[in-house]
Amino acid sequence: MTVILGQTFTGISIGAVLLLIALGLSLTFGQMNVINMAHGEFIMAGAYTTYVLQKSISSAGLSLLVALPVAFLVAGALGALLEWVLIRRLYLRPLDTLLVTWGVSLMLQQAARDIFGAPNVQTRAPDLLTGNITVIGGDDPLTFANSRLFILGLAIAAVVALSLTLRLTPLGRRIRGVVQNRDLAEVSGISTSRVDRTAFFIGSGLAGVAGVALTLVGPIGPTMGTNIIIDAFLVIVVGGIGQLKGTVIVAFVLGVLQSVLEYSTTVSVAKVLVLVAIVAFLQWRPQGLYTLRTRSLV
Amino acid sequence: MTLLPLLKGRSARAWAGFAAAGLALFAVAPLALSDFRLGLLAKYLCTAMVAVGICLAWGRGGLLTLGQGVFFGLGGYAMAMHLKIADAGPGNLPDFMQLYGTATELPWWWRPFENPLFALAATVLLPMAVAAILGSFIFRRRVKGAYFAILSQALAAAFAIWLIGQQATTGGTNGLTDIQGFFGYDLNDPVNQRMVYFIIAAALLLLIALARQLIHSRYGELLVAVRDSEERVRFLGYNPANVKLVAYVVAAGMAGLAGALFVPAVGIISPAMIGIVPSIEFVIGAAVGGRASLVGAVLGAVGVAWAKTALSEEFPAAWTYFQGLLFIVALAFLPGGLASLVGIVRRRRSSRATGDAAGDGTGEKTPALPLGEAA
Repeated sequence: MTVILGQTFTGISIGAVLLLIALGLSLTFGQMNVINMAHGEFIMAGAYTTYVLQKSISSAGLSLLVALPVAFLVAGALGALLEWVLIRRLYLRPLDTLLVTWGVSLMLQQAARDIFGAPNVQTRAPDLLTGNITVIGGDDPLTFANSRLFILGLAIAAVVALSLTLRLTPLGRRIRGVVQNRDLAEVSGISTSRVDRTAFFIGSGLAGVAGVALTLVGPIGPTMGTNIIIDAFLVIVVGGIGQLKGTVIVAFVLGVLQSVLEYSTTVSVAKVLVLVAIVAFLQWRPQGLYTLRTRSLV
Repeated sequence: MTLLPLLKGRSARAWAGFAAAGLALFAVAPLALSDFRLGLLAKYLCTAMVAVGICLAWGRGGLLTLGQGVFFGLGGYAMAMHLKIADAGPGNLPDFMQLYGTATELPWWWRPFENPLFALAATVLLPMAVAAILGSFIFRRRVKGAYFAILSQALAAAFAIWLIGQQATTGGTNGLTDIQGFFGYDLNDPVNQRMVYFIIAAALLLLIALARQLIHSRYGELLVAVRDSEERVRFLGYNPANVKLVAYVVAAGMAGLAGALFVPAVGIISPAMIGIVPSIEFVIGAAVGGRASLVGAVLGAVGVAWAKTALSEEFPAAWTYFQGLLFIVALAFLPGGLASLVGIVRRRRSSRATGDAAGDGTGEKTPALPLGEAA
């Protein structure tokens, strides 16, 4: 029983990381239809921000708290710059964006290698987050790692903040308007290019926050974003575009699935099985779990 | 009536191009290059074979397949498995299996590859079968555009991770290395290396001819139509899923053949040639040269592969920046690739000659810029 609970918790914490990464993508990919392969490198930028801040702020806890907003701004600024220089020329060619941003991601990785060196670096986690919480004691204990709980909390906070922003603020209304009908939004007096850049800023900034969270569970390196980004894109594909709830549900389901399959088989077989499950799921719902209903054919 | 001379002109040019390519590959290159350089060229030509398939699937069909490494790897591993068994000799296990120690006999799924004919057929048919199964699932349900690209990329990641995980039977991260013989010929002998090069060059020309035939057939027209407006093709009574499936499967077979011939040329196949990064590198060659143009894609693939060797040996950091820049420049600012420059120049010259402002009245069917997205 504790094994099942333990695996489920591991799965949920994998899901929380996925969710943090996929949240940013749900804005840039889900809403704006831009496949930003450099999103992984924005995560990396957030992680290195934590690393740099920790060098100047000695208290691990304080530097982590400072890193969250700073990483949001750093990654967001990178994203807005990318949008302004390249992506806005490519809105009509989503597949080309994928390859162009892949080029950007290669350059950012190399830049990280040149600045911070190729080997991975590590940050210190604050004492509060290094321990475990014992949920069930006794011979067969069930413990939750504090850092994982923190990430889960952060993911939930990010979801709440993003959905409130989209739902309640004027900016959120504008973003939703542009997503649903770009032309109509434009003639209604919304500056769509400005909305695009802001949405991109927020989406990329969330990647930076995810990067801060990742420093708690793993090393920081130039290629840290590459592998996890594919899983996050799959979350969006399966979750469906345009709505946050699909992203949230699918991130946790895929996380738990991965963890349970890893437990019953091996890590590598689990990866393949998850992909098979996704293809099978798309047979049932090719547009993803939730979709924005429109009358268009495609 | 105007079509006939055009067709003649086009096929005459194609023949001339073929003759020139044949001359360059079979006469000039072997004479001008050292054995080492010729071996490298053989490797580049394998990349070009994959690019032919990408030109068909992506350039013509709009299917951005970021998982060609999977098919390359399936072909490569099918070939390498047979060669490893042959190297070990009858009754013996391939060297790495003895090293990792657990197996006492060949795993069941290695057994068929003892047969050379089965292995040869599998190098092409296995990737095609995988592509057919996967493609029919994906295309039937109209999963397309970016979704397809991401799925194909996830496939590449999953396949590479799986191979690494099965170390005892696939060689893990190292892959299948140190291949000595090729159907009885010793690969350490430079003469036999040359033979492998000639086989690769011939195979590349064959694939180009095949792809050209497909592109200029009715099917080729249909494929471009699906790329540019899938719904209209559906309304005309065709099933776009089947059209796309054919392009995807053919491209997979080409990548499989390329992988199979890569093994004797280089002597190794490993997950490092299969995963996300190599798969996307296959695409960049085609993109730089011109995704919709066969000549462009092939020359682009060879050129980028050559640049990688030339630059990355001396300045690995500079190569990464350069590669990133290539992606950005080629796709953001020259989506038709270098091949589209020819068309632009030609149109400009003819418009100057005839005073035709649009430059369209040339009677020459210039391929449209391949901006069509399946989405």
